[in-house]
Amino acid sequence: MTHLLILVLVSLAKTIGLIFLVILPMVSYTVYAERRVSAMIQDRVGPNRVGIFGLAQPIADALKLLLKEDFTPAHVNKFYYWLAPACAMAPSMMALAVIPFGSQLWGEPMVVANVSVGVLWVFAVSSLGVYGIVLAGWSSNSKYPFLGGIRSTSQMISYELSLALSVVPIFMICGTLNLSEIVKYQIDHGWLISPIWIKGISLFPPSINFQEIIQSIDILKIILWIPLFISFIVFTISMFAETNRLPFDLPEAETELVGGYHTEYSSMKFALFFLGEYAAMIVGSAVIITLFFGAWHVPFLPTTLHNPYTIWGIILGLIHITAFFVKVALLLFFFIWVRWTLPRFRYDQLMRLGWYFFIEIALVNVFLVAIILPFMRK
Amino acid sequence: MAYTVARPKLTFAEKAYLPAILTGLGITIRHFVNILSGRKKVTMQYPEEKWDKQLPAHYRGAPTLVTDEHGRERCVACQLCEFICPPRAITIHPGEIPEKDRWRKVEKFPQEFEIDMIRCIYCGLCEEVCPEQAIFLLKDYAITGLTRREMVHDKQKLYELGGVMTGLVNKWNDKK
Repeated sequence: MTHLLILVLVSLAKTIGLIFLVILPMVSYTVYAERRVSAMIQDRVGPNRVGIFGLAQPIADALKLLLKEDFTPAHVNKFYYWLAPACAMAPSMMALAVIPFGSQLWGEPMVVANVSVGVLWVFAVSSLGVYGIVLAGWSSNSKYPFLGGIRSTSQMISYELSLALSVVPIFMICGTLNLSEIVKYQIDHGWLISPIWIKGISLFPPSINFQEIIQSIDILKIILWIPLFISFIVFTISMFAETNRLPFDLPEAETELVGGYHTEYSSMKFALFFLGEYAAMIVGSAVIITLFFGAWHVPFLPTTLHNPYTIWGIILGLIHITAFFVKVALLLFFFIWVRWTLPRFRYDQLMRLGWYFFIEIALVNVFLVAIILPFMRK
Repeated sequence: MAYTVARPKLTFAEKAYLPAILTGLGITIRHFVNILSGRKKVTMQYPEEKWDKQLPAHYRGAPTLVTDEHGRERCVACQLCEFICPPRAITIHPGEIPEKDRWRKVEKFPQEFEIDMIRCIYCGLCEEVCPEQAIFLLKDYAITGLTRREMVHDKQKLYELGGVMTGLVNKWNDKK
């Protein structure tokens, strides 16, 4: 009984800590980063007045959105209109549950739910996010949101397949769906994104084992890197489409659809859509990090200490958590960078890319890995 | 007659998007780094930094009245500026200069001289039309106020803004 209670309390602490202390502030500061980076890319300055470097801007924005009148237009379908923002927001938060965002603190693994379906849960839940958009588009009872909703649906169909297919090679290589296990595999065999992996170097204690270095250079791993890199590219691009980011932000395409699916929304309901979009971005980055960049793993640092309860063990745990979110932040920067570089794809181009190219590439990739893998087994 | 625009023949690299995307990413990151490192500066932080020093001599700011080196107010209340003013921003109430005054022969002076800065369009016609070199558009551009009344510049305010201007033609001097 106490065992169960402790489990519940620890999970609750991890969930609340993750969502309220890390993800939500990260979302608001991603918005800030988006504005600053886009400004700098366009030779502007961006918000720099509220607080030092404008760092209080997200807080001011949140306050403004909270205090605004919560207006519901008369012509909407009220129930679904109110449901939609929650539907857009919740899935990305739920997907976070299975992502290992740190090694361990006080002997407790830093993942809310260490379940063996892992990545399947992420795909299943994050694809629910489209319901928020479709519901918003439909219930708004207005043409632009409706077009946004329709676009979102077809975009979804085009990209879910390649998104899931592109990471099948990873599960073939790692032999598991559990994200923590995949991270463990990457710690043992090297990040999946890197073609070579040198195991012999460690900073604690400082040692270089030349024999191990030479042994660790494996020609098959270099060959295997090719399909993995392809799957990384396909997965990342599909993730852009999944999170409705430019160049695939067709559901909200400001220039064509006014505001897209959230045209009729304002105040906190609009903010929930916004939050959901950026949270989806963070979750997407977190999944990419977990699958390809070794999640919380820092090269040359030990992954565990003999006694994780000492101060050093806790510091190491904190370093791992920080490393994870630094990696996520770098990938978020990439997301923003791409957004302010590329023009929007036309509607048919997007579907064409999804159906004609990515699914085929991902499928061929699976076979490629299947052919290479038998030679890898020792 | 309708005619067909020839579609450009794309190379494989162009069709594959990726090289062009990478080039674009290179361009944007260059702009980002240049602005971030401060190597390139485009924006002026307005209230802290101003471009007052770089304003050209012919800049048309707020219209003002000036006095000359003899301390004489140059306006003779001829009302030409009032008549030419396109938005009718200027209101002048002329008065007579008393008998004993040194500048008796000028005859008239403005008792009240008001320019409504909400109406003013900074066209400079008042300056152009003035036969007495009395009204000038100087370089004040940040004219603000909290009420409409505050935005109407009266005579005192206009002379305050204009100040003393030397080197003008003094046609009312005693000798002449």
